[in-house]
Amino acid sequence: MNRAWLGSIVLALGMTSACSRHTAVPAEAPPKAFGAALVLVSGDKQAAGVGSALDQPVVVQVNDEKGTAVAGALVRFAGAGGVIFDPDRGLTGSDGQFTTNVSLGGVHGLYRIVAATKNSSGKAAEIRIDEIALGYQETLGKQVSDIHCVRCHDSESTPERVSNHDNLIAQAHSFTDGAILNAMSDADLAAIIGHGGAALGKSAEMPPYGNTLTKPEIDALIGLLRALADPPYRPQGIFYAGK
Amino acid sequence: MSLPKRVRSAWQYLFGDSASAFGTLSAVLLILLAVVPAKDYFREWLGYQKQYLRLIHGRGDATSLSRRFQGGLQQIWMPELGVVDRCTTCHTALKEASLADVKTQPFRPHPAIPHKLTEFGCVICHRGQGAATTVEEAHNSTKSWEEPILPARYLEASCGQCHLDRLMGTPRLNQGRDALAQYGCVRCHTIKSPDGVIMTGSDAPPPLQHIADKTTREWIAAWLKNPQAYAGSATMPNFQLADDETRDISAFLIAQSTPYQTHKGTEPAPAASQDTAALQEGTSLYGESFCSSCHAMQNAAGMLVGGNLGPELTRAGSKVKTEWLADWLRDPKTYDPDTRMPHYRLDAKEVGLLIGFLSSKSDSDFLGNTQLAAATPAQVEHGKTLVIERGCANCHAINGVKKPDNFAPELTLVGSRPLERILFAPGVPHTLADYIGAKIRQPRSFGNALKMPQYTLAPQQVDALATALLAQTQLAQTLPVSLRIPGRAPSHYRPAGKAGQLIDDMRCFSCHKIDGRGGDMAPELTWEGSSVERAWLVSFLKNPNTLRPSLIRRMPKFNVTDAEASTLADYIMTVYQTPAFDQETLDSSRFTPADVEHGKELFYGKYACQSCHIVDPNKDKGYIGPTLTQVGTRLTASWMFHWLKNSQSLRPGTQEPVWNMNDEDARAVTAFLVAQKNAPRKEVAQK
Repeated sequence: MNRAWLGSIVLALGMTSACSRHTAVPAEAPPKAFGAALVLVSGDKQAAGVGSALDQPVVVQVNDEKGTAVAGALVRFAGAGGVIFDPDRGLTGSDGQFTTNVSLGGVHGLYRIVAATKNSSGKAAEIRIDEIALGYQETLGKQVSDIHCVRCHDSESTPERVSNHDNLIAQAHSFTDGAILNAMSDADLAAIIGHGGAALGKSAEMPPYGNTLTKPEIDALIGLLRALADPPYRPQGIFYAGK
Repeated sequence: MSLPKRVRSAWQYLFGDSASAFGTLSAVLLILLAVVPAKDYFREWLGYQKQYLRLIHGRGDATSLSRRFQGGLQQIWMPELGVVDRCTTCHTALKEASLADVKTQPFRPHPAIPHKLTEFGCVICHRGQGAATTVEEAHNSTKSWEEPILPARYLEASCGQCHLDRLMGTPRLNQGRDALAQYGCVRCHTIKSPDGVIMTGSDAPPPLQHIADKTTREWIAAWLKNPQAYAGSATMPNFQLADDETRDISAFLIAQSTPYQTHKGTEPAPAASQDTAALQEGTSLYGESFCSSCHAMQNAAGMLVGGNLGPELTRAGSKVKTEWLADWLRDPKTYDPDTRMPHYRLDAKEVGLLIGFLSSKSDSDFLGNTQLAAATPAQVEHGKTLVIERGCANCHAINGVKKPDNFAPELTLVGSRPLERILFAPGVPHTLADYIGAKIRQPRSFGNALKMPQYTLAPQQVDALATALLAQTQLAQTLPVSLRIPGRAPSHYRPAGKAGQLIDDMRCFSCHKIDGRGGDMAPELTWEGSSVERAWLVSFLKNPNTLRPSLIRRMPKFNVTDAEASTLADYIMTVYQTPAFDQETLDSSRFTPADVEHGKELFYGKYACQSCHIVDPNKDKGYIGPTLTQVGTRLTASWMFHWLKNSQSLRPGTQEPVWNMNDEDARAVTAFLVAQKNAPRKEVAQK
């Protein structure tokens, strides 16, 4: 009797385990060397649509105590909210660098990803890298911005777009300039965009866009500013943090 | 009676006497009855609703939050849309903006979108099973529920079910729809919009009826082997042909080619100028003619520079025959009547210089390995079979091969294709989006016998294409017509008469849009006659100078004669007039110096126009809008007046903001601009 019970339990367990989807964990290459610190080379603060891959890969470098690059050190990437890394772990190359392609999760907002490596005694060194996922509103804001705003507000020129930033007397704020823009309320920003700089005692070089853009477009622009802000924007007013 | 006895003894063994048996049975029945309320009590959604109440408890606005909270099963029901969505049962906080800090699902508020939740529900955009009340069944593809949630990166596909026009907020959908046309997908696959319009290609695959005059069989074979080896930007896909297949197709293409009506015989082909001085001159002529507005070329650093309207020319010297090139440069239409390339009216010397320059752009490695023996009739015949099998005539005009009908599966409803009708390649997750992505990325992974060629696409392009295809759903066909925002109907506008011939000859529509037809590289010209002064237009047509210093795509010089310029200008001035205003609204002769002075103050002060425009090249630096140093000779006073009031109504989509100036200000600024006539033309310092 007892044996039969045992047998059926084993059988049931076996069947359920066969049903569950098992993904084989890839054999991990053991680290050939150890570093003491991780530094970011490129690829932080990128903005991409929700669920999409970032345009540029994220590159980090492992250094030893003296700051020289370490080849063959193991780097692991991790991130919450459905972030996918391709690959999520691996050994640094001969230049001490490790490159991964990152796809963000399906919810808009800031994604903080962590790259980590261990030194020879097993102590972890890690860096945090921020990336931004744009939802519908921020994407619309980016389209509006690309047509009407970036030429003055972005001081960088690209082959397709010459910046007008340095031709102005007033220095147009970069849209990532959270230090300044976070302090302005949505209503302030909407007023400046809609009525122009002169109407609010700022430079007339900022034209009024109230008759050019619709209200949803201006809201979308503000949404974009909030998403890109560095340091990150925290909404003002009634705000009760969750536990 | 041995059996009942045995049963009775087993009964007694298990339950004892009848009193305790009754007790045991009652207990079992009670437990069974308790399962029903217990099952209800442990429902998944009820757990989430309790979690939500715990979450809002203690927040400052808990009272108003809990007042708006509705317990029990919630449902959005819209029979005319087929919506039965119970998502709000667990997603309790979709409308609660004050919970913006909550990061855990299902309690996040919905991000701002242009539609109300109660208008469309959830499933029309997100897909999944609206009627399900468990997490697994609502979101995933399970045995009884087919449709999984649409991954966020394809979400714009849902917008495309109703919005057949271009939406500013859906760049990925727009990019995907453009790519379907640009990469010629729609030349093999029929794709109908829900309004019945069949998508057409926007690429310009060259006709091959006279190919032997243009290039060599070796080049064709090498190109067929790998188009991207010749030009990285080539949109022709790789058909993954074997060497004998490229040999035979090239043999057939040369064999079917007939001579075309050329300039040959009328005048000798100009000799290619190959010496250093001529090469340098040719290089500058290539630049001055703004060939790079349409054609790209790799620079010394390996970067691709130039437009994508025409083919990349990095290795043009390895491709075309010089006699053909001479003819082509003199008048492209004689070879390809539908080409987008304008007729440049170059003289023999200029043609020679350009041939010399382009011939120098050759790459000996490209043709290095291609050696072909003379073709046999059997090879030509095999080549023709291959051309028919591969569907070359879907895109290219070929003698003796008809464009096939329904060559590839129709994709009008691909976004609703049932999963059980799909054969998944190994390793591809069983969702429609993954299937479409994998199919675009590597068509042959689904079987070597498949005809679909291999495209060279960036991951973003694959996502965009998948998004556009996922918009082709059954739902899009059955939604109420009142919800449909139709796409712009294609315009077949054709200007008539002598001017119409000139507009066709110079292929103005390749770059300019008039009356809904044409490209978007250059300004729209629908109301050009109301906008410009005739004298300026004539001189501009003869020698286009730069109006917008920051643009890298420029209007080429077509070397038109005085008579041609005059004919065109007359037509434009007469026909392309806006009904929005009368040219006589403003009499510019009445402007006083005081008006001009007031306008200047407004220009530099109140409106700070110098941020974007240059009037005084020594002082102003604005680098966005056109230079206004001589705007008084270019634009009419009435146009400027109305432009300052509402630019978007005259040219929708222009970067100029709508200033909504009052009449007085607009009149004064116009007076100032009209006065910008005789300023000597100075070179603006290039930034």
